[in-house]
Amino acid sequence: MADKTPKPEASEASPKASVPQKEKAEKYEYDGKTPPLNIFLHWCKACNLCIAFCPKKVLEPDRDGKPVIAHPEACNQCGICWLHCPDFAITSTFK
Amino acid sequence: MTTKMKTSDTVHHYLRPKKKFPNVWCAGCGNGIIMGALIRAIDSLNLDKNGVVVVSGIGCSSRMPVYLDFNTLHTTHGRALAFATGVKFAKPRLKVIVITGDGDCLAIGGNHFIHACRRNIDITTILVDNKIYGMTGGQFAPTTPSGAIATTAPHGNYEKQFDPVRLAIGAGASYVARGTVYHVQQLEKLIAGGIEKKGFALIDTIANCQTYYGRLNREGDAVAMLQWIKKHAINVRAAGNMDAEKLKDKFLTGVIHESDTTEFCDEYQMLVDRLAGKEA
Amino acid sequence: MNTNRSKARLLQGNEACLQGALYAGAQFFAGYPITPSTEIAEGMARELPKRGGRFIQMEDEIGSIAAVIGASNAGLKSMTATSGPGFSLMQENIGYAYMTETPCVIINVQRGGPSTGLPTKISQSDTMQARWGTHGDYTSITLAPSTVRGCFEEVVHAFNLAEKFRTPVVVLGDEVLGHMREMMNIPEEGELEVSPRPKPDVPPEWYKHFEITPSLVGPMASFGQGYRYNISGLTHDEEGFPTAKPAQITAKLEKLRRKIDRYADEIIRIRTEMMDDAHIAVFSYGTVARSAMQAVKFARARRIKVGAIQPLTIWPFPDAQLREMLSGVRKVIVAELNMGQLVNEVRRVAPRHTEVVALNRYDGEMMTPQQILDRIREVVK
Repeated sequence: MADKTPKPEASEASPKASVPQKEKAEKYEYDGKTPPLNIFLHWCKACNLCIAFCPKKVLEPDRDGKPVIAHPEACNQCGICWLHCPDFAITSTFK
Repeated sequence: MTTKMKTSDTVHHYLRPKKKFPNVWCAGCGNGIIMGALIRAIDSLNLDKNGVVVVSGIGCSSRMPVYLDFNTLHTTHGRALAFATGVKFAKPRLKVIVITGDGDCLAIGGNHFIHACRRNIDITTILVDNKIYGMTGGQFAPTTPSGAIATTAPHGNYEKQFDPVRLAIGAGASYVARGTVYHVQQLEKLIAGGIEKKGFALIDTIANCQTYYGRLNREGDAVAMLQWIKKHAINVRAAGNMDAEKLKDKFLTGVIHESDTTEFCDEYQMLVDRLAGKEA
Repeated sequence: MNTNRSKARLLQGNEACLQGALYAGAQFFAGYPITPSTEIAEGMARELPKRGGRFIQMEDEIGSIAAVIGASNAGLKSMTATSGPGFSLMQENIGYAYMTETPCVIINVQRGGPSTGLPTKISQSDTMQARWGTHGDYTSITLAPSTVRGCFEEVVHAFNLAEKFRTPVVVLGDEVLGHMREMMNIPEEGELEVSPRPKPDVPPEWYKHFEITPSLVGPMASFGQGYRYNISGLTHDEEGFPTAKPAQITAKLEKLRRKIDRYADEIIRIRTEMMDDAHIAVFSYGTVARSAMQAVKFARARRIKVGAIQPLTIWPFPDAQLREMLSGVRKVIVAELNMGQLVNEVRRVAPRHTEVVALNRYDGEMMTPQQILDRIREVVK
């Protein structure tokens, strides 16, 4: 069974102060300027997992094989990219 | 168990700030994916970092603990479960998690594995099952398929394999599951379930080693190997409705076995209480 | 040794070992049965649950020493007991304890070897193994009692040394010492020194688990106390992170050696008898020292100026102390129940004017006072 797209939920009060929980919006909409994802190029090893498994083809490889956000408007925040990144080099700006 | 939404920043709150990144593993290595799932599982349970001990043996998987901001113990080849038994038994309130590999756990460590299952001691073991000995350059493991190529099986593996899940069930573990590096959200839940379970928990995690297994057996890069895993994994709940023909050359994922038997430290504590009662 | 006969107990050597461990605050025992040490495990199985301590019979000796190291790092004074074959199995993880500076006590009740050897009879053939059993460079602390009371005291001492110097400490007994019975008083609380594990007094951000302090010794945190650090058998830096940098490797290995060598005078204890005017010395350890003492008394009765030297600390070897003791000695007889192990250390250290004579027995029987006396009379000529 493949990954299910995680559904956004209303945020819950976290008993731990150390890990801040972000406020969850109902649904993600690309606002035209904030990229959907952050990429830390110096941790990325160009393994291609995020690019290959993105269901919406948001990412494309640059000259070094590292991801570039080619189609930000297509991102639906499914999380497959950052859930699979072995180097934690990609995170979401939304959740 | 409530499933909380994880933020993608969660992992960064659990990595050791003084440790050098990017991590030591190859590009696309399943170990990194598993580390993320493990961290998110621990986060979902709101565990105190000071109360978590991560123990590993030797191998690529066993390089994981050093990156984690918990109490970490990187031990000798095959012996992680024996060290972990000492840690847990000495201070049962600690949450003890073992990271091990198919060689570390099932070859040299086989004896300790059997007895940790038998004792049903409250340790959660993540077995990074990539069917090869990666760190030493690609030798075959007890889980390497027959006919596969490895550097110590250059003409094809003529040995048989065993299934760590069946071994663990046979030896007495009370929570036995299989996950994969492709199905990361399931993996996170399986790990969290194992940690919460009072008893010995095994999560056999099917992982990719494209550097050795992949190259020697022409299975492709990390992407290709994860696609293979996706194609061959069947959830144990779905498998119940499928006929044998469809299940041929697939493997089952999910919680394969769960039982309620007494845990080792609890049994010992009952003995201590009983002796104290006698003298009171 | 004055024994208060009204409070004295008849204890077996192995029993005295475990009573000493309990006196020292041992709370964790992991072991595997092996003749002639099994009584220690059995006694611990009986006593530890009564005191809220932890006893576990592991599946093998390798698992036993692993569990001991895990428990020690979780905060408990931990030990195991074994004999030659088990000691051999444990070596890799003993090396791990050296490298990770984990305090623990290993009792080796020696028997005939090599291999399965002679399980029910005496030998002292693990002397060198106690020093060099595991691969790599490190310095061992090894103690050798010779009486039942000595078993008790040396085990207490072993725990104190282990905790202070953050190292495994080996206590070498043997089958005869382990199984013999003698009268002894269990010391009162406070009579013998018991050292607790020194705890860190700095906040977690400042704590380095493998810090190379100027004194080379220092506090040690345990799991769950709020300090989160990495422990690894790989060569590591002060934080515990694995390293391959030459300078850091050198610093670590030298720390392991220097932290023992610097305090050698404090660690080393030797007993001597009638050495003041001795021209001949009998150097022996463990059970043989009892026969040596008797032989020396017989020889003195025959007006031979002979004295006895008994190191209670075998490793580190008492280089300076022995060299001084032999300054007036023409011949030193090294009596051992093996084919000659510690004798080479004596040869290494003895002044040039001192001839070193080996006296060996390796047939599973005790070295008798008569044998030692015969050799004394031989060398006198």
